[in-house]
Amino acid sequence: MSNIPSDLKYVASHEWLRLEADGSVTVGITDHAQGLLGDVVYVEVPGVGAVLAADDGAGVVESVKSASDVYAPIAGEIVAVNETLADTPDTVNSDPYGAGWFFKIKPANAADLEGLMSAAAYAEEIGA
Amino acid sequence: MSQRTPLFDAHLAANGKIVDFAGWEMPINYGSQIKEHEAVRTDAGMFDVSHMTAVDVRGERATEFFQKLIGNDVAKLGFEGKALYSGMYNEAGGVIDDLIVYRTHKGYRVVVNAGTTDKDLAWMQPIAAQFHVELMPRRDLAMIAVQGPNAIAKTKAAKPEVAALIDSLQVFQGLPHGEWFFARTGYTGEDGLEISMPAAEAIPFWNKLLEAGVAPAGLGARDTLRLEAGMNLYGNEMDDAVSPLAAGMGWTIVWEPASRDFVGRKVLEKEKAERAGSASVLKQVGLVYEGKGVLRGHMKVVTTVGDGEITSGTFSPTLQISIAMARVPLAVKVGDAVQVDIRGTLQPARVVKIPFVRNGKKVFE
Repeated sequence: MSNIPSDLKYVASHEWLRLEADGSVTVGITDHAQGLLGDVVYVEVPGVGAVLAADDGAGVVESVKSASDVYAPIAGEIVAVNETLADTPDTVNSDPYGAGWFFKIKPANAADLEGLMSAAAYAEEIGA
Repeated sequence: MSQRTPLFDAHLAANGKIVDFAGWEMPINYGSQIKEHEAVRTDAGMFDVSHMTAVDVRGERATEFFQKLIGNDVAKLGFEGKALYSGMYNEAGGVIDDLIVYRTHKGYRVVVNAGTTDKDLAWMQPIAAQFHVELMPRRDLAMIAVQGPNAIAKTKAAKPEVAALIDSLQVFQGLPHGEWFFARTGYTGEDGLEISMPAAEAIPFWNKLLEAGVAPAGLGARDTLRLEAGMNLYGNEMDDAVSPLAAGMGWTIVWEPASRDFVGRKVLEKEKAERAGSASVLKQVGLVYEGKGVLRGHMKVVTTVGDGEITSGTFSPTLQISIAMARVPLAVKVGDAVQVDIRGTLQPARVVKIPFVRNGKKVFE
């Protein structure tokens, strides 16, 4: 049912990660996660320049139904955030892997990405 | 074990996302809670409410039974089909459940919540025995609520043979048609009907309603609609330990005649007399919040006269801001500025009169 692109990395708290050409990593929440949340009405992202450890809180995504914390999947510095989510939070539902991205993080250690789940492992994790 | 209503297959056919609700497998939405909410506010939506329990009450002393059992007074039900909303209280004045009672040509029908049905029946049985009345839980029935400005017209299109009966209904009145029962009641703040029918007839009727253009709506939309309409949800706004006077239900209690000794009366009467001037006494208010984030149940409300708590909060699809119902100190007034602790940060909210929305329109100041 859920869309789980094979070129991304995943963590158990339902964030996805994409390594960009410039070495930064784009982070969002998975299609499975947006489906569980339902209609997203508000997204709070960290400030640019924030330095986070892995599993640190990195904002909140609120649907009509509930609020869920978003976590930094790897350690690093926030280098960009998706400003458009303030006006169109429902993009998280309609395009979770594209226009619905949350933030870009510059990894403290690029090797951290390698230990994360593949699409197949995440599919197994969520029983898809 | 989780239970399924007679409409379970219809929910799957409509791509309902099924969740557990009070032991029932129910649809939380059919894709988008907000679209379902909007369908009810602007057109017509339908909810499977078969998990709720209708109980027929028979016996010569059924009126006396209800006059003992609930805070509202069935003596007010002046004609067949007329309904009232009430709380049912324990001896300590806490709310066992909230319910609707219809006067029927054979006695009464009471509809209670799904999650409280077993508790309610266990509470009602000994009181029923005292008045020699019979309680008949109608688990053979399914119930569909059709709600929205076009709900009545579309229901008539789906079942033309009851059009005249539906047209004859006053607000808060329900009448039978064979084994069916059509009531002009609801839980959304819109006009509409709550319809019960034999279980086997539920899916064909649901499909007729679909053909008539009624949109399936899940429990998610049901919650945002009732919250906008300022209607209590058992377990959120009130429970066995909460007074109806602190839950905005004072208007449903009939105190006259003073001789009517409904269960919980003594405690509630004393509380009512002592409420004014007591700093610890709480009342129900509405809150609106236009900042970032969403008000949610159990968030702390900070006021100049003491703390309160949100009982239900959500993003309002109709108003596009966050709204909540809260219990706050009695001295808090409509228009007051208060603060809500949203995940560790105090944010400004405004106290308003409930409800928030009626018949598709904003109603608070």
